[in-house]
Amino acid sequence: MRGTAAALSAGLVFGLGLVISGMFNPAKIISFLDVAGAWDPSLLLVMVSALATTFVGYRLTMLRSAPMFETQFNLPVATAIDSKLIIGAGLFGIGWGLSGLCPGPAVTGAALGDIEPYAFLAAMLAGMAARRFI
Amino acid sequence: MTQFTPVSALVGGALIGAAAVLLMAANGRIAGVSGIVEGMLAPVREWAGWKVAFLIGLIAAPALVGLFTGVLPEASYPHSLPMMIAGGLLVGFGTRLGSGCTSGHGVCGIARLSKRSLVATTTFMAAGIATVWVIRLASGG
Repeated sequence: MRGTAAALSAGLVFGLGLVISGMFNPAKIISFLDVAGAWDPSLLLVMVSALATTFVGYRLTMLRSAPMFETQFNLPVATAIDSKLIIGAGLFGIGWGLSGLCPGPAVTGAALGDIEPYAFLAAMLAGMAARRFI
Repeated sequence: MTQFTPVSALVGGALIGAAAVLLMAANGRIAGVSGIVEGMLAPVREWAGWKVAFLIGLIAAPALVGLFTGVLPEASYPHSLPMMIAGGLLVGFGTRLGSGCTSGHGVCGIARLSKRSLVATTTFMAAGIATVWVIRLASGG
């Protein structure tokens, strides 16, 4: 129960970060990716700030032997830099550039009443389902 | 198209990082939104209440901002619905094939000094920039 409350808080803080940084707004994402246009470097600072916080926070967290509400840390174990990783990231990047959305902002944006994030999320779930069959 | 907003970018980024640290410290999990969303797809591989809770928090955030500021934040979508749908399909398929998105690889993975995440992030950034550039050329800009 406390673990669920913590995850709810984490989602809320994550969403607040997306809203405050403007990263929930596809126009701002596309302005970052549009290096040949009126470039908006905000996303770069969001990444730097998020990375610095996470880098330090993870290191402090890992001083504990286990998380607060679970028996162990669940960390990715894959290390191979293979074609799945590169092709997957490449396709994701193309979709990101086409729409200005990635999964987090699409979920947060769904709260604002626009139709676009819903169309995007439905297609995204279809894309995820398709991956299970290939 | 949009203005450079360094202060809100740094503050918002720190919050995103704090959320990632909280999810690891409390639940021992990577805050990777594509994987969390995929956990909602039937047949559910491994049911986890923390994923549902995280997504509820994520979608509730704009309302909380609206409650405090009195105005709901506004997003603007530069592209048509067919492009949003094509983008969604590629993002869904690509993030699962590549095991992560902006949050899982870009923030959590790089913070763990994962080479896979660094390669994935460089690749999706480059692909995103190339895509926007092609759209710019195709639209005569």
